[in-house]
Amino acid sequence: MRYAMAIDTKKCVGCSDCVVACQLENNVPIGYCRDWIVETTSGTYPNLELENRSERCHHCANAPCVRCCPTGASHIAEGGVVLVTPDECIGCGACIASCPYDARYPHPDGYVDKCTFCIHKVRKGEDPACVQVCPTNCLYFGDLDDPNSEVSRKIKERKYKRLKTEAGTDPQLYFLI
Amino acid sequence: MEEEIIISGRMNYKVDPGLHIWGWEIAFYLFVGGLAAGLLFFASYYYLQGKEKEFPAAIKWAPMLAPVMLALGLGALFLDLHHKLYFWRLYTNIRLTSPMSWGAWTLMVVTPLSILWSASWVREVFPNWDWKFKFLYDLEAFFIKYRKVMAWIMVFYSVILGIYTGILLSAFNARPLWNTSILGPLFLASGLSAGAAVIISFTKNELERKLFSKIDLVIIGIELFLVIHLFMGLMASTAVQIEAAELFLGGKYTLPFWIFVVFLGMIVPAILEFLELRGQKIPVIIPVALILMGNIMLRFIIVYAGQASRYLY
Ligand code: SF4
Ligand code: SF4
Repeated sequence: MRYAMAIDTKKCVGCSDCVVACQLENNVPIGYCRDWIVETTSGTYPNLELENRSERCHHCANAPCVRCCPTGASHIAEGGVVLVTPDECIGCGACIASCPYDARYPHPDGYVDKCTFCIHKVRKGEDPACVQVCPTNCLYFGDLDDPNSEVSRKIKERKYKRLKTEAGTDPQLYFLI
Repeated sequence: MEEEIIISGRMNYKVDPGLHIWGWEIAFYLFVGGLAAGLLFFASYYYLQGKEKEFPAAIKWAPMLAPVMLALGLGALFLDLHHKLYFWRLYTNIRLTSPMSWGAWTLMVVTPLSILWSASWVREVFPNWDWKFKFLYDLEAFFIKYRKVMAWIMVFYSVILGIYTGILLSAFNARPLWNTSILGPLFLASGLSAGAAVIISFTKNELERKLFSKIDLVIIGIELFLVIHLFMGLMASTAVQIEAAELFLGGKYTLPFWIFVVFLGMIVPAILEFLELRGQKIPVIIPVALILMGNIMLRFIIVYAGQASRYLY
């Protein structure tokens, strides 16, 4: 099993509904976020291209945050999902420094927090909160080992890119372009 | 002109707009760790060489600072933890892939060892010292008997400790400035030079001072070589590494680094020590203070600048 997410940058309008849904679902403290919107404008004026991306932890297959954790609080759970166990985390910050995507943050309660792919919902057979709520339906979550899952089909049908693969993390967010 | 503008909606505390998860605590921890490593290395190395009579400052006096330094370092590390009550988790796990874990365990060996080492010399350094209880005298006799064993372990672990202070940072491929294997040797060399400097300030013996001034000169030479190598390596690497190097070559950290670390912290003390060896009257405290200052600045600048270096989107 290999959980992954595909994000359709052509459909995303940058409304931030996924951000709010996550904050509500996961009790993210005010002022913090586990997922966020990035908007890039690139090109040479007047030929500009706009891209919206809903970003979060990439649940890297080669996760530096798990490697550098001195206590094992950061670990890899089923389907390759990268999780933090709050009661094992000492808050040393090593994993925050090790993440090329800056996807983690220090929770005000002391431990380190980040996107879990809503594993508590996935275990019940539901989709992550962000995927459920997206009004343009541009987020796809599922198992890459299953060739018929929606996410597998999307990345087969469409062109995609992954971010900062040069950091060697083997990220599992696929941005459809 | 081809341009890219990135707007992110994320504003997490200590992460945005620029990472600053590690502050003075880690920089200070790396400094005292390096200094203690330097002190313990020289103490055990020269003890194993049988130079107990010739180099009392290096073998007996200066290492007494090491336990203090290590305790301060552990204190700083503790302050840095955000989830302090769970500190003990460091010591219920051994994680070979995590430099932080290596460091915690290395300190667990080195700190008690440095205390025992100091205790075994304390009556020679302070002749009026009284252990009060007989069993403490027995313990002392025991450790004096096994000094050689302690020295062997210490020589080995002090090098690990010194290198570790650099490896802790260089293991992060997310921060291009840190992600270079030069950092381990550079921090080891700088810790050794700090250790030698402290020994120089402690010694009253001409022979010992001369030797450690010479050692310091050689180490500073090595450090300068490593600094040049560091930038050559970064400049010959990928875009993110080049950008990291530019923080020091025209960027925000240029002046602090080249003036405080390289010029005042390495070149000036090297010249002063050289002149002193040639017979000029120079109070040793000046080069010693400069070397220690350069050492602290090196840690602070690398810790902060590393967090400013990043992968581009
Ligand atoms: S994106 Fe960052 S936090 Fe998530 S798995 Fe990769 S390195 Fe770890
Ligand atoms: S902050 Fe917590 S999860 Fe992160 S590396 Fe340290 S102990 Fe592990």
